[in-house]
Amino acid sequence: MPMQCEEIADLLPEVVDSSEPVALPVQRHVESCLRCQAELARYRRMLRGLQLLRTQYLEPTPGLLAATLANITAASERRAVTSALTKRRLAYAGAVAGAVAAAGTTTVAVILARAKRRAIAV
Amino acid sequence: MMASDFGASGPTELTDLVAAAREGDRGAFDEIVRRTYVDTYTLAVRLTATEEDARDVVQEAYLRAWKGIRRFRGDAQFSTWMYRITANTAATLSGKRRRQRTVHLDEIADPVETEVALHPELATENTELMARLSAALDELPARLRALVVLKDVYGLSHEDIAQELGISVTAAKVRLHRGRKRLRDHLYEEVGRHADAV
Repeated sequence: MPMQCEEIADLLPEVVDSSEPVALPVQRHVESCLRCQAELARYRRMLRGLQLLRTQYLEPTPGLLAATLANITAASERRAVTSALTKRRLAYAGAVAGAVAAAGTTTVAVILARAKRRAIAV
Repeated sequence: MMASDFGASGPTELTDLVAAAREGDRGAFDEIVRRTYVDTYTLAVRLTATEEDARDVVQEAYLRAWKGIRRFRGDAQFSTWMYRITANTAATLSGKRRRQRTVHLDEIADPVETEVALHPELATENTELMARLSAALDELPARLRALVVLKDVYGLSHEDIAQELGISVTAAKVRLHRGRKRLRDHLYEEVGRHADAV
């Protein structure tokens, strides 16, 4: 059964840039159908126009560069402060943990020593 | 419209700046921003369709780039990497905001029937075609516009686009298909109706 123009029209957006393979019946229909050839030409023109947009630059609104750089600076400073605070907190937590560990070790040693003395006395 | 000095900077020099920025050189990164922000802003406008949102996207995108510059391996062009960050940032923003449409297709002129890309003397037609395309792109829903802009204007791969937008490659292809079709309908059917009315 030959393909209809409506079926081809639905396929054209997908195959216009050759990124997807084209079935032989589609190719045959387009080759013999002026309507579908015109439709394909429209899509090709549209794609060429879109590619041309890549060469067109829009002028940024005033102050964008300065605002962007200031934004990075502010974020970097916040990061530095957070990092310093984190380091300080880590150092504090480390000191506390060390003290707790030392106290624990001492306590365990004392308990063991007492237990040893009791055992000797018995 | 203005020319960007990004392209004229020379790839080696930009590569050097990127290498220095990866080592934490803030001055080098600032210079990268100066050279590329027009390009990034243009993409942001095309993705968001509003200048206000584009400004926010540019600022956030460069902030993300600065935080992540050490992870940039250099196996892709810096511009491509920046496009991906910009696309991701714009996608995040579009989830938070509703865009305002200001351009109407009634203003679109007759179609250009010339081989615009092959004939430099047709600069006027090129300008007209690009203006119509820009306006038609603004009319697309944001999720379809993103695909058309990133694939057909900036040449990103389906895989890269899918990753940055958080969708599957299949979904990216489907959206591109729909986006192209709707863009074609905007461009040619609206123009046809406009011509019939005249």
